Amino acid sequence: MKPVHYTRSILICALAALGATSALADAGRVKVSSGPVHIERGGQRIAAPVDTLVQAEDTIVTGANGSVGVTFTDNTRVSAGPNSVLAINRYAFDQATHAGTFDATIKRGTLGVISGKMAKASPEAVTLRTASMVMGVRGTEFVVYAGE
Amino acid sequence: MILRFIFIAVALVLGACAQPPAGPVSHDRVVLLPGSDGTTGAVIVRQGGSQARIDQAYASARAAPDGGLEVTQADPAQVRAEFAGALSAMPPAPLSFIVYFVFGQDELTDESRKELAPVLQDITRRVAPEVTVIGHADQAGPERVNDTLATRRAERVKELLVQRGVRAERIVAVGRGSREPAVRAAEGVAEARNRRVEISVR
Repeated sequence: MKPVHYTRSILICALAALGATSALADAGRVKVSSGPVHIERGGQRIAAPVDTLVQAEDTIVTGANGSVGVTFTDNTRVSAGPNSVLAINRYAFDQATHAGTFDATIKRGTLGVISGKMAKASPEAVTLRTASMVMGVRGTEFVVYAGE
Repeated sequence: MILRFIFIAVALVLGACAQPPAGPVSHDRVVLLPGSDGTTGAVIVRQGGSQARIDQAYASARAAPDGGLEVTQADPAQVRAEFAGALSAMPPAPLSFIVYFVFGQDELTDESRKELAPVLQDITRRVAPEVTVIGHADQAGPERVNDTLATRRAERVKELLVQRGVRAERIVAVGRGSREPAVRAAEGVAEARNRRVEISVR
């Protein structure tokens, strides 16, 4: 009987560890995905259909006629049009206090943003960047175009 | 011969000077949209040493070639057309619902029991739905008891949603004790409007 218990406890620990990691890393989820859309994560290229989880440090890429919409855990909504590259530099959000950080760079293409709970809680929480501009978000809806 | 060489050298130097400064030419720009909730927010834009605040609907800030920022008023129809691809992929707005509880218990009030129907309707019409359930207690009783009660209320709502077909892994339930009263009440005073669970669907 002993080996069985041993195996089971290892399994439980592994599951617990897995659960903890994913809970920390999950930043948002793909809600809309059309045409070629993928995520670059740690050198890997991952397809990004609807329901794909988005993590901090992911880069979201759309192709020639692709578009994608992501809702983050703080209700921030972000959508990208064709030929766009959006890098999530940092993301953290505390559901209890609404404190957090959202820092992303639109490297190319078109982006729509509707800010969520963390921008409401703190005016310094959300930062959007292009190669040349830095935008601080004060609770709002806006679009960004980033040239090559 | 020497004169000709000097002429070419001067021409080359002048030619080089006439080139635009090194680095990519940027047309990065941001346009503020009127908020769908009727209020327009603001964006603070910085480029190098310049800073601009745009806070009017369709106000636009553009990275100017000289390194500054140009603030102009954009044409709404043109913005909608230019950003049509991105805007059409915007996920639907998250929604928030509040249900109320019987004093000291994790039982919904009779009225709130009926209010779960629109919550379920909203969850099922979404693709890839996610639900955050946050439980609260009023300020009657000790904090320790309220923490447990708030968590039990959140778990109860999760249970009811799962019973009605929502997948458990789609729901995160947490308790906030009596730290965030919806209505200001004196410490230790029972207040029905604070005995609640907020259900956020996105």
